Amino acid sequence: MKFRTLITAFVMLTMTTIAASADEMKMAVTTSFHNSGLAEILLPEIKKDLGLDVHLLVVGTGQALKLGQAGDVDAILVHSRAAEEAFVAKGFGSHRREIMYNDFILVGPKDDHAGILTVKTAADAMTLIAGKEAIFVSRGDDSGTHRKELALWKSAGLDPASFTGNWYRATGSGMGATLNTASAMNAYVFADRASWLNFGNKGELALLFSGDPVLFNQYAYIPINPEKHPHVTKELAAKLETWLVSAKAQRMIGDYEIAGQQLFTPNAGTLDSDS
Amino acid sequence: MNDLLAGLMAAIDLIIHLDRDLVEISLRSLQVTVTAVFIASLVGLPFGAWLAVTRFRYRRLAIALLNALMGLPPVVVGLVVYILLSRSGPFGVFNLLFTPTAMIIAQIIIVTPIIASLSHQSMRDLWYLYHDLLISIRTSKWQRMRTLLWDGRRSLLTATLTGFGRAIGEIGAIMIVGGNIDHLTRVLTTAIALEVGKGNFPLALGLGIVLIAMAILINLAIHILSRTEREGTW
Amino acid sequence: MVDSILPVVLDQAIVRKEGRQIVGPLNLTFGREGGCSILVGPNGAGKTTLLRLMHGLERASEGRVTWSARKDTVYARQSFVFQAPVVLRRSCLENIAYPLFVRGVQREKARAEAAKWIEDIGLAEVAHNDAHVLSGGEKQKLAMARALITKPDVLFLDEPTANLDGASTQEIERLIASAVQSGTRIVMATHDFGQARRLATDILFMYRGRIHEHAAADIFFGGPATDEAAKFMKGDLLI
Ligand SMILES: Nc1ncnc2c1ncn2[C@@H]1O[C@H](COP(=O)(O)OP(=O)(O)O)[C@@H](O)[C@H]1O
Ligand SMILES: [Mg+2]
Repeated sequence: MKFRTLITAFVMLTMTTIAASADEMKMAVTTSFHNSGLAEILLPEIKKDLGLDVHLLVVGTGQALKLGQAGDVDAILVHSRAAEEAFVAKGFGSHRREIMYNDFILVGPKDDHAGILTVKTAADAMTLIAGKEAIFVSRGDDSGTHRKELALWKSAGLDPASFTGNWYRATGSGMGATLNTASAMNAYVFADRASWLNFGNKGELALLFSGDPVLFNQYAYIPINPEKHPHVTKELAAKLETWLVSAKAQRMIGDYEIAGQQLFTPNAGTLDSDS
Repeated sequence: MNDLLAGLMAAIDLIIHLDRDLVEISLRSLQVTVTAVFIASLVGLPFGAWLAVTRFRYRRLAIALLNALMGLPPVVVGLVVYILLSRSGPFGVFNLLFTPTAMIIAQIIIVTPIIASLSHQSMRDLWYLYHDLLISIRTSKWQRMRTLLWDGRRSLLTATLTGFGRAIGEIGAIMIVGGNIDHLTRVLTTAIALEVGKGNFPLALGLGIVLIAMAILINLAIHILSRTEREGTW
Repeated sequence: MVDSILPVVLDQAIVRKEGRQIVGPLNLTFGREGGCSILVGPNGAGKTTLLRLMHGLERASEGRVTWSARKDTVYARQSFVFQAPVVLRRSCLENIAYPLFVRGVQREKARAEAAKWIEDIGLAEVAHNDAHVLSGGEKQKLAMARALITKPDVLFLDEPTANLDGASTQEIERLIASAVQSGTRIVMATHDFGQARRLATDILFMYRGRIHEHAAADIFFGGPATDEAAKFMKGDLLI
């Protein structure tokens, strides 16, 4: 009877098991790192050199730290120094290892009606945008990028919580969604260079400001502390760290380009203290 | 309009070249959803029949509750499953978070009430027709349930397919508990979200078209398979 | 094994629905003498309710219905055919075999038995077709076969030919007569006096929930003892 055949087929399809491979670990990384496309260059090499499958969870810095704290990942790669140091201090991470940095940029409408194209510092740019009340789209999701943006407003003596009118718009979402929003509203937006270069829906937006050293964005690798979470794959996390700071990996990071632009500057070597 | 066209082209391109990643995530979408729907049916269909043939004090309450559960917000389901499966949660030791199994669990929770509720509705209608006869023949409760389930199998298939449709297009829960990990938990819906995030609308749309096509194909295939059995339509 | 679940005795039996007494109080006995007892009476008299009460589909609000065997035997050895035939969403053959399946008879044996019956009711050609495509008369024949396949001691029939044409009615009556022949006790409601004359061994005239007259068929048709029965037979409206 055909109905029975159908049910049998259903069962068989269901029973096909999910294959698991040998060495694997989970690492939470930020959207900006993932959007850069660097992972797609590094992961195959890691697999080749170490036989290690690194599964990436792409989240905001806030959630990455949360995942590490709960022991749901074996390591994190994020960019929010103060939060990272607190994380290690509380014993969730065993240590913090700097790997590389990239930079943040200000993107906005090509006509640049706030006039930030010619200013010298990021703080001045922020002041102009606020002064003109030019539409500005913020991540508003407690990510590393969002925290950095808030720090910039603060350095300009401004506080987004006190902004009136509706020119300051928090999307509460990831970099991609925020860029899509900015593109649709033709608004100013604070982004990391990698996400911007890989972004496919630029519309009338253009890169308007970059280069201020305060915009540098340090990435650090933090293995989860096995004393807190004995199940984490301590050895694999250590192997990965050794690989990331190796001359080969550092060269690959420095050589990585999008549209002829270097994205990351490798600066491994400085090992932070354990607490 | 241009984006739509580009999306269509991207879909055609993906399908013609049988893009390896596409095949992989499509199969994973199918595997997760089919497994979840199968298990949800195993629970939900008999439960619907049981509810139809059983009278107990809180029956109305149970039915109302079941109908309400149909609208469970997937994001909340995802969050709860996440907290339960997290390493620091009660089921952390099983190490299931960010695995297809976690996605299956979340989908089972979302889909079971839908299948059970639709099952109950058609079983109740059928029970109304069968009631006197099955009592007259002195069937046991178990026999009643079996008779209803078998004789009502076509409408139950519809209930199952509705659950399938809901599950295959679901993203809120599986994004949270699966994590959209490449080669591990990435499925069509989460891949679409990822491409939207990258501003890569044509590819996102292409994947969306593949998803819809797949859902339609599965529905058609199952209907054709179950129709060939007999000419009649119940 | 007992040789019959009869007699069945109704003792001051009353059925109430929504506070209204719709049947009873009734004191009645159907014994082992066999034959076909026919309930006549106007619409709403309580014929269906009485049949359902005896069969166990309705509960007695007061009084009792007592059978002469253990409960499971009693349940297993009676059948009911409803005014509107209930067909299962299966093939004709499976419909007829269904009560045997329920009783745990081996599938193949049950189907073989059902095949004999389907031959008898003239539906062999459509044995494997869906039962729902049958005509009203064919559905009722199917229901009769399904009721008789378990060789019941008692068969309740609730106006089985009410919606059927002459030819179908004739076939149903043939099945009833042959069931009586093979020893099944029939208790049946009908509107059709012709049918009552053809089949009945005794007549129960029911009106407003009570049995006003219970007499052998020839005596009843020779001249009812009560005014109501006489009026009803003449075709007067009883309100
Ligand atoms: N479930 C019920 N609830 C309320 N009244 C009912 C119910 N079933 C039957 N009745 C009433 O009981 C009376 C007898 O019905 P019934 O036994 O079907 O009569 P008959 O079969 O002689 O036409 C009718 O007046 C009917 O309206
Ligand atoms: Mg009636």
